[in-house]
Amino acid sequence: MAIKTIAGVNVDVNEEGYMTDASQWNKEIAAGIAAEEGVELTDQHFELIDWIRNKVAVGDSLTIRAIGKSGIVDAKQFYKMFPGAPLKKATKIAGVPKPTSCI
Amino acid sequence: MEKVKELPLKKVMLICSKGNLEDVYAALVMANGAVMEGIETKLFFTFFGLDAITRSKMDKLHTATVGNPAMRMPGGLPFPTLLGALPGVEAGVSSMMRKQMDALDMPPVSEFLELIVAGGGEIYACKLAADMFKLTKEDLWEDVSGIITVGDLYEMCAGERVQIIFT
Repeated sequence: MAIKTIAGVNVDVNEEGYMTDASQWNKEIAAGIAAEEGVELTDQHFELIDWIRNKVAVGDSLTIRAIGKSGIVDAKQFYKMFPGAPLKKATKIAGVPKPTSCI
Repeated sequence: MEKVKELPLKKVMLICSKGNLEDVYAALVMANGAVMEGIETKLFFTFFGLDAITRSKMDKLHTATVGNPAMRMPGGLPFPTLLGALPGVEAGVSSMMRKQMDALDMPPVSEFLELIVAGGGEIYACKLAADMFKLTKEDLWEDVSGIITVGDLYEMCAGERVQIIFT
């Protein structure tokens, strides 16, 4: 557990940089994390981030398959929006825990 | 002692030579996982593994109910080999396996391959095995990138931090 300053605010993060208190999250912090990850956030990113935060809030596990069926983006677009490791990046930016699913 | 910086894997080539449900899924899960990590991923199907990319067969793969000592009845009792040999048992068990996989959000083979390709992964068929089973590009799933030789496969694996995994 550590404290990191993102967008001028101190937030709790774990050793991998994932936020541990979802209530501290806001859009400025998301943009701050995104900049570190090399992602520039658009309205579509935020729409998807909201969707991810809602899913996690109700306890659903996140998979790329589920995101592809979210109605916001398909899997291919998702990979383009968060290049590299999309699920890890998207959850980090959304201020939710790193997904534990293998698929 | 000086700490050595660990460099991430750059590329994986997965080889799937078997056509039963669990071996194909092992390859698919490993390939999809690599794509999700941003690793350049190639998946090569050979011999009976070609079933996984053959249009008419890919979403109807079976698991073996004969000669599989790890097979259990629901509840955990051993699954008698003789029972596994009865007509329809293998199909029933396989359909049950597919349902259980679906419950874990594991997609059917064709959709799993779509996810891998969506993330930039590439799917290949073995030329020798395709010739042996008399399969052409038309028999194979539409997003198969090519029917290639072993030489092509090794050429694709050129570079640093590359792993070839045989499932």
